[in-house]
Amino acid sequence: MSIKLSDKAEARLKEKIALYPDPKSAAMWALYIAQEELGRLDDRAVEWTAERLNLSPVNVQELITFYTMYHKEQLGKYHVQICRTLSCAVRGSTKLTECVRKRFGTKPGQPSADGMWSYEEVECLGSCGTAPMCQINDHFFENLTPQKLTEILDRIEKEKPDLKLSTIDDRMGEGLKGYPKSQII
Amino acid sequence: MTAHHSILLKNIRQPDQHTLAGAESRGAYSTIKKALQIDPLKVIEEVKTSGIRGRGGAGFPTGMKWSFVPRNSGKPVYLINNADESEPGTFKDRLLLENDPHLIIEGMLIAAWALQSNWSCIYIRGEYGYPFSRAKKAIEEAYAKGYLGKNIFGSNFNHDMVIHRGAGAYICGEESALMESLEGKKGQPRMKPPFPAVSGLYQCPTVINNVETLANMPFIIENGGKAFLSIGVEKSSGTKLVSASGHINKPGVYEIDMGYPMKRFIEEECGGIWQGRKLKAVIPGGSSVNIMTAPEIEKVNMDYESLRLAGSSLGCAGFMVLDETTDMVEAVLNLAHFYAHESCGQCTPCREGGHWIEKIFTRISRGQGLPGDIPLIENVCAQIGGHTICAFGDTMILPYLSIIKKFPEEFKERIGEAIRGQVKPREYLNVVYDGAH
Ligand SMILES: Cc1cc2nc3c(=O)[nH]c(=O)nc-3n(C[C@H](O)[C@H](O)[C@H](O)COP(=O)(O)O)c2cc1C
Ligand code: FES
Repeated sequence: MSIKLSDKAEARLKEKIALYPDPKSAAMWALYIAQEELGRLDDRAVEWTAERLNLSPVNVQELITFYTMYHKEQLGKYHVQICRTLSCAVRGSTKLTECVRKRFGTKPGQPSADGMWSYEEVECLGSCGTAPMCQINDHFFENLTPQKLTEILDRIEKEKPDLKLSTIDDRMGEGLKGYPKSQII
Repeated sequence: MTAHHSILLKNIRQPDQHTLAGAESRGAYSTIKKALQIDPLKVIEEVKTSGIRGRGGAGFPTGMKWSFVPRNSGKPVYLINNADESEPGTFKDRLLLENDPHLIIEGMLIAAWALQSNWSCIYIRGEYGYPFSRAKKAIEEAYAKGYLGKNIFGSNFNHDMVIHRGAGAYICGEESALMESLEGKKGQPRMKPPFPAVSGLYQCPTVINNVETLANMPFIIENGGKAFLSIGVEKSSGTKLVSASGHINKPGVYEIDMGYPMKRFIEEECGGIWQGRKLKAVIPGGSSVNIMTAPEIEKVNMDYESLRLAGSSLGCAGFMVLDETTDMVEAVLNLAHFYAHESCGQCTPCREGGHWIEKIFTRISRGQGLPGDIPLIENVCAQIGGHTICAFGDTMILPYLSIIKKFPEEFKERIGEAIRGQVKPREYLNVVYDGAH
């Protein structure tokens, strides 16, 4: 019994496989593609990836548990990840975590009742010079204070912007209007 | 402010530098065009002459690494650009990926020509969505213009370049873990030897270099290895990108000539310690190196040799500055949580020891420290260092041991309070630590 994802997803995986010396290299892409399409990496995703790349399902399971960006459980539509590592911590990241913890009232990794939000603390995101910061889906929000973060979350709640990295053409989502995608310079 | 050479950040503030048109208007791809006329072995000689050492942390001479690749082994040679950049305190590669990706691509093409490699890959950490999209677009533009693909600049040289996204794992920055990951497996380091130059990705000869290392190649080939060698100091030539963060007035990425005095760097480039406070300590090379106290940095220079002699390491120059108010118990606990979480789990000493150490630091922080805790930590560290497949174990113990050694009073005070049952309330660095993982 073979699982099929959308034509777009199937085509995209084929395109990725062709880039590498060995199809197995596309395993991580396959999981990203399946995760975007199915919302989470369930048994169907495992079976699909294993079948397309000629891997054993247990190998695919291993990847899902090893890498932090793969999720077996559905996250909120907007997943807020606050960096907790030293450079962010010494510039006040714990205040950001407090802020989202209070706002959402959920446990880390658990979606809010309306499915809109989830949050967790993560390790250094390569944005230590603009600390403290958080990542919401694929977008960085840098140089934060609890007030700034609250404003951002309020706007997202209202405007529901496209913050996703598209699987169709590897491009960023539009992001929050007027908000820089990077503040590193 | 001191004038440093600007090899890597020369064009970084040009708003269109990330586009091919913008980069080309400032000379991008003119060097690879010339390099394709030079014998590949001569290119390697030039890189050797430059004295450049790998910018990813270990500081291994790049020209020598390239010369280990066997010629005519009958197997393809692969080139990997390590853009995993996950060492706490490091964000320099991100700056280049976002704002000057063509400099990186040209550097990779020069390396590929020297190594006669027809396939290369940028392995970028999964969290770098924006740098990924910028670099991917740059690769597409380079293909469209014929700078990648077949018969580059009318030569017989073909080269394909791929950008590969990681998915969240610090260890995938370690070169052999990276290759495992790129083969569609868990990123768990391999035993060495064999070294990647002989048997790397899919058992083929492979060169892995850091983004910054490769981005230096256009300058080296354009101006000659000697020009590069003349910058910086004897055993550390060239410039270095420093990612400066923490308690300073002007955090950011700075390009400095190797050998620049650290104190001056903090005062001038970093704008001094914030809020008029005093310096307490610096972790100069990314979190996995020995910490340095304020008196220790007075006379030290920022280059591989000077920092080694001073008992620390330049690493990848993730420069984390801590002011006098920093609670060192909380700082080390913060790092202990990182390493416990990021161990790949393959070697028992690292997997188990990392968690043990985190637990002990946690209880010291929470006012439940025990009299023998510091010797216990030293003991556990001794069982990790030298007993693991990769350098993760060897390096994670450096901040632990150096912090407890250089700031013993703070640990003594906390454990003393616990023993007397008089724990002072403190504002933790890490208030919301919930003990998960
Ligand atoms: C635990 C660990 C993590 C590492 N992370 C990175 C990294 O994120 N980026 C990087 O370029 N090198 C990293 N390295 C070093 C690489 O193994 C390798 O030495 C380097 O990419 C080689 O490139 P270079 O010679 O140009 O420095 C890491 C090493 C270890 C042991
Ligand atoms: S410590 Fe938070 S981004 Fe590096």
